[in-house]
Amino acid sequence: MNNQLAIQIDNCQFRYQSDSDKALLQIAHWQVEKAETVFVYGPSGSGKSTLLNLLAGILLPQQGTIMLDGVILNQLSHRKRDAYRAQHIGMVFQRFNLIPYLSVGDNIKLASHFSQHDKQQLQQRSLELMDALQLEGRLLERPASQLSVGQQQRVAIVRALINQPALLIVDEPTSALDSDARDSFIDLLLSQVKAAQTTLVFVSHDRGLSQHFSSQLDIQSFVIAGEPYAV
Amino acid sequence: MLFKLAWKSLMARRVSVLLTVLMMTVSIFVLLSVETIRYQAKDSFTKTVSEVDLIVGARTGQVNLLLYSVFHIGVPTNNISWQSYQEIASRPAVAWTIPISLGDSHQGYRVVGTSTDFFEFFRFGNKQSLQFQHGNTFGTAFDAVVGSEVARQLGYQVGDAVILSHGIASTSFSQHDDKPFNITGILAPTGTPVDQSVYVSLQGIEAIHANWQGGVKIPGAAKPDLENLQPEAITAFMLGLNSRIQTFNLQRQINEYPQEPLQAILPGATLMSLWSMLSSVEQILLLIASLVLLGALIGMANMLLVSMRERRHELSVLRALGYRPGFLFALLQIEALLISFVAAVAAFISLQLSMYGLKDWLLQEYGVLLTRLSILNEFMFMLPIVLLASFVVALIPAIAAYRQGLHQQLNL
Repeated sequence: MNNQLAIQIDNCQFRYQSDSDKALLQIAHWQVEKAETVFVYGPSGSGKSTLLNLLAGILLPQQGTIMLDGVILNQLSHRKRDAYRAQHIGMVFQRFNLIPYLSVGDNIKLASHFSQHDKQQLQQRSLELMDALQLEGRLLERPASQLSVGQQQRVAIVRALINQPALLIVDEPTSALDSDARDSFIDLLLSQVKAAQTTLVFVSHDRGLSQHFSSQLDIQSFVIAGEPYAV
Repeated sequence: MLFKLAWKSLMARRVSVLLTVLMMTVSIFVLLSVETIRYQAKDSFTKTVSEVDLIVGARTGQVNLLLYSVFHIGVPTNNISWQSYQEIASRPAVAWTIPISLGDSHQGYRVVGTSTDFFEFFRFGNKQSLQFQHGNTFGTAFDAVVGSEVARQLGYQVGDAVILSHGIASTSFSQHDDKPFNITGILAPTGTPVDQSVYVSLQGIEAIHANWQGGVKIPGAAKPDLENLQPEAITAFMLGLNSRIQTFNLQRQINEYPQEPLQAILPGATLMSLWSMLSSVEQILLLIASLVLLGALIGMANMLLVSMRERRHELSVLRALGYRPGFLFALLQIEALLISFVAAVAAFISLQLSMYGLKDWLLQEYGVLLTRLSILNEFMFMLPIVLLASFVVALIPAIAAYRQGLHQQLNL
């Protein structure tokens, strides 16, 4: 079914058990087309990471459905949800993406471990991605802890894309970068996403970045109960 | 992937991991030592005599007879007559006998009157015979052979003179100083009570008591005729049979001996029953060693648990990549098993090396003879137990990692 939406959330309600009287997120309906690049913004503590954890299948909503590519994520078993994330979702965080004592190559292998492709194809693909993200191939042997923050973030993208995921979730990846590095980082990210037709959900509190993306979402519209919000 | 990750993760924290390995090594070393000592002690104890089919003495407790005839501990209650000894020794079933006559001492070491058959037929350990380190067996009535420990402690050499004391106290007021003995031989170490004994001939024992009555010297008595001295009684004797099948038959005959009340015991069986009385000490040693290991395991679990805090990001990244909470559980368990395994191997190697290194010193200083040098059996027995204990204790950090994986959000 080629025309399925990348993300479709319906009647979704999430609350942390501790303050159960009030819903933290309430999403009547939200959908994202395939290959769309969504910019999600809002002040810190407004529920952006909660949304990402729901999309990644780490947190489960109390009500409603979260559907990715036609698969209802919150109805899968724990095991299948973890397997789905490994195969179909790539993630890049603010920082601490890499395991510092492993080499860059081993960090990438942590993800490609779940891939169906053979080793040589994966090796080839990681070199291509490294090259596209302006990382030298010789860095593969280096311990991740010896890389600059900018290099680490780019390696994180290589790793997130190595399994050719349908959805890439990126959480404030540029907060540790200076403005020049930030712009080039976003350019590299978007060109890769475009080339692979990957759906991108990019979260930031910095609205100045929003111009790079095809659509925008104010997270606070999910916090207020009621009104359906379509993009 | 799991194994590589566990290994590299440990290497990344090598200082605290090394200290933990060291702590585990020490505790496993203690446990392995206790296990080895248990084995060695039992082995050398139960092999104090070998190849002796029966020990015959006056009627008393089985253990008592064994204690005074073999270990020279305690006081014999009664003697057996020379006639009875001669009669039993001459039976066709009997291959050889070793007479034992106790009652005198030398500087606290027991003096044993016996015959040269002792040096020929006595066996200990794995059927080992007695060897002379220096000199030879006794020829005349006033010759003596000393055990290795006696020679070492008192600095005796072949040719030295020794004076026996009447009675078995270390300080005796009645010295047989009128008849000194001449050392003709020094035995090689055996790790048995033989090392701590002085051996003289039965004639020698008779000779020094010839002019005594009621435990006191009679001054001015005539010199005994050494050639025709014959003891009236001995304390006990060991015997070997031509065929083992006759053991129980002869034992019964001796126990029902009509002329005087005698008793025959099987040394092997009696040694085992005596050992089982002493085994509570080894149980306590084992308990202490196990507690030391438990302490080290808890220390390791604590190290892993504390490391979870600094590894929060790491575990979160693994979850984001799709690794299951069970993977984190396995990761922590493998780290614990790696630590335990490396520590166990290190303990094994260091104990094995120190046994080879200290073998001679132990024998020289403490008269401890290591009957078997390889501790591979003990190690193979201990290793699964240590790894299992490590698994059980490491459940604490492993379950913590599992729960953290299950609940922690990916927002960092």
